[in-house]
Amino acid sequence: MTQETKAATFDGVGQQPPSSNGIMDAVRRLFRMRETGLVLIIVALFIVMSFASPYFLTWVNMRAMAMAFAVEGIVVVGMTILLISGGIDLSVGSVTALAMVIAGLLFLAGVDPWTASALAILACTGIGAIMGFFVTTVGLHHFIVSLAVMVIARGACLLGTGGRPIGLYTLPPEFKFIGQGSIGVIPVVIVIFLVVVVASDFMLRRTTIFRKVFYTGSNEKAAAYSGIRTKRVVFFTTTLCSALCGVAGIIYMARFGSAQPTFGMGMELNVIAAAVIGGASLSGGTGTIFGAILGVILLSVVSSSLALLDVSVYWQDIIRGSILLSAVTIDHYLNKRRR
Amino acid sequence: MTSDLILQISNLSKSFGAIQALRDVSFELRKGEVHAIAGENGAGKSTLMNVIDGIVRPDSGEIRFDGQKVNIASPAVAQRLGIGFVHQEIALCPDISVAENIFMATTNISRAPLMNYTRLAEKAAEVLRRLGDINPSALVRSLSISQQQLVEIAKALTLDCRVLILDEPTAALTEKEAQILFDIMRKLVSQGISIIYISHRMVEIFDNCDRVSVFRDGQYITTRNVAETTPTEIVNAMVGRVIDKLYPEKQGENEKSDSVILSVRQLTEKRRFADISFDLRQGEILGLAGLIGAGRSEIVKGICKLEGEVTGEIVLNGRQLDTSHYQESIAEGLVYLSEDRKGDGLFLDMSIAENVSALSLEQVSSQLGIINDRLEAGLARRLGAMLNLKCGHVGEPVSNLSGGNQQKVAIAKLLSVNPKVIFLDEPTRGVDVGAKSEIHRILRDLARKGVGIVMISSELPELIGVCDRVLVVREGRISGELSGNDMTEENIMYRASVLDKRLEAVQ
Repeated sequence: MTQETKAATFDGVGQQPPSSNGIMDAVRRLFRMRETGLVLIIVALFIVMSFASPYFLTWVNMRAMAMAFAVEGIVVVGMTILLISGGIDLSVGSVTALAMVIAGLLFLAGVDPWTASALAILACTGIGAIMGFFVTTVGLHHFIVSLAVMVIARGACLLGTGGRPIGLYTLPPEFKFIGQGSIGVIPVVIVIFLVVVVASDFMLRRTTIFRKVFYTGSNEKAAAYSGIRTKRVVFFTTTLCSALCGVAGIIYMARFGSAQPTFGMGMELNVIAAAVIGGASLSGGTGTIFGAILGVILLSVVSSSLALLDVSVYWQDIIRGSILLSAVTIDHYLNKRRR
Repeated sequence: MTSDLILQISNLSKSFGAIQALRDVSFELRKGEVHAIAGENGAGKSTLMNVIDGIVRPDSGEIRFDGQKVNIASPAVAQRLGIGFVHQEIALCPDISVAENIFMATTNISRAPLMNYTRLAEKAAEVLRRLGDINPSALVRSLSISQQQLVEIAKALTLDCRVLILDEPTAALTEKEAQILFDIMRKLVSQGISIIYISHRMVEIFDNCDRVSVFRDGQYITTRNVAETTPTEIVNAMVGRVIDKLYPEKQGENEKSDSVILSVRQLTEKRRFADISFDLRQGEILGLAGLIGAGRSEIVKGICKLEGEVTGEIVLNGRQLDTSHYQESIAEGLVYLSEDRKGDGLFLDMSIAENVSALSLEQVSSQLGIINDRLEAGLARRLGAMLNLKCGHVGEPVSNLSGGNQQKVAIAKLLSVNPKVIFLDEPTRGVDVGAKSEIHRILRDLARKGVGIVMISSELPELIGVCDRVLVVREGRISGELSGNDMTEENIMYRASVLDKRLEAVQ
């Protein structure tokens, strides 16, 4: 918020706000924001872990963690926007895998890898559009439609590959650069992730089209009564989420140098959890990109910490689930107190 | 002395955080009386009722029920004492039958392991017979709002209650349905039940209640016998100042104009309404009267292209409109204020500024579609100041505001596009007296400035007090037009209902 807006909102209409001290007010507001809480928890984890494991604060580990959440973070962006509009998508994991499989098969069939990737992203966008059609025109629930698509897309992956990963050893180095290269010391993956995050965060907060996403998710009927074509909005967010899954799938392919039909199983839970920990509501209308990204970072730092501490993988899901439950519970009580 | 008191509350206080909702309140309810509670929104009426029903625990104070000191710790305790509460908001399960809804609480208390549906239906039919024509096996979803309201009342009656709290029960009812409710109230009182009746409508209080208690800012002000006071006295006690006039000046003779802003011809929707034709003239406020379900809202939504497949001609300022979606209607200057402010009028969890700009994002954004926060806040402040909106700042969520101020935000939203015609559906429902008269004044000012105003209201005194001309709608058709001294409750009710086919057969 700029200085002028703050001044502007505090005069004119009605009485003065109770506190006249602007800085204290801003600090108080900062502490009420859930993003602040998430940052504090992440920092605390970093401090604890740096003592617990000498390996934790090394460049290699940091880089590995960042790589782990960056690509998933792109999907989280799509999911957050969809959640804000009041939808949900269970198919993100399979659609991401399908992007890999489509691009991989086309590449093996002799298509140039860039064209193959573009076609794969297009196909994912098409899948999103089909889901959007069933949700808006037919009138089915997002949950059911995306559950069906989740199974169908996974089936298509297995069908196309015979269930085995396909190695793409002949991928040209300039293509692999997307997933494996670095600009200076920063991996390209992270650069792409940051671009997506910054752009979507700005658009979500400031553009009219994404404001309509908030209106629609906050109260669909009120949005319709404001002349907003809510079905188009929902169609758009549904399609966008799948398109971003396509993008993520291509990056994974470039990174692994292969297409894995079973990739991303259970990813939807991680992605939805990250968005919800970051403040998105399953009933729509609220959520921020920044919060969702902090959510995905938190989950990723926790997984990495547990691995470094030699905790069994089987425990990790239990702990992840508990984090989600506590985050949502704390938020529920904070919200209740505020109202 | 105490023997004729069923409920006696003394020195009750309750605060929510920094807000003192009730301050040392005392209240007495006699056996077999209808006791009205009057007060503006935020006066503490709802908190007091919630205390009586055990939803809210008081900080201090004493409650005596039938002479005994009681501690109403939960709604279940209130039920056991015989306190029934019909909330203003309808809270029924839409997908189960009327009978099951009515006996929800009874089923909950009952120890029988199995449901006895036959007996349930019989008992429900018995209760409903007292209330009106509702099929006990119908799904609640299929009922109109007013019928649902009656089901809520039936639900409270099944609990053998001795005190019945009705919170604005007529807000969603038409005059006719309200009269049925008043008959029921009288019957209940004659059976010894005491009724606490909350309403903003003075006419109802003065026609149907024995005593009235006034609250203001969480404090008890006074209790009067209805027979010994006047509406003006009560209103003044509510607002704490003297309101000289309830309604603004009407259009003067010399202000009357022949120029037509909006002209509607043969507007028809295959199921909802047919053959609607009328002209809206410069400077006038046109009212739409009728029973609930008569099609008033549907006609207005049809004109705005919000709902239904509508045929017919709509001419705005001499030009025929060819709109197919509400977005286009807004662009032409036709806007609609929804009757259900919370349900579909506002984005409650979003800020005032974000609500106000919902219709006019392009006004506060650049050509690339990037919203300018400063312009957005400015728009909200400008319209807020014009409507005398009371709020801290425009970044505050709308849910923090009182009903009247929320409605002003909804009106500001419409005004943001400089509309040519505004359709208002029940614009003062659930709004307190002070804000109500402000909204009336705003409508009159807008009409003077040349904005066409069409207003739907189920409150006849309001329609008569505010409008220059009233169209009566019955079963999807216009059944009469009244203006000047012909606008009386009798004339409107006659055209709205007496021509009803069922009643014609009786006559």
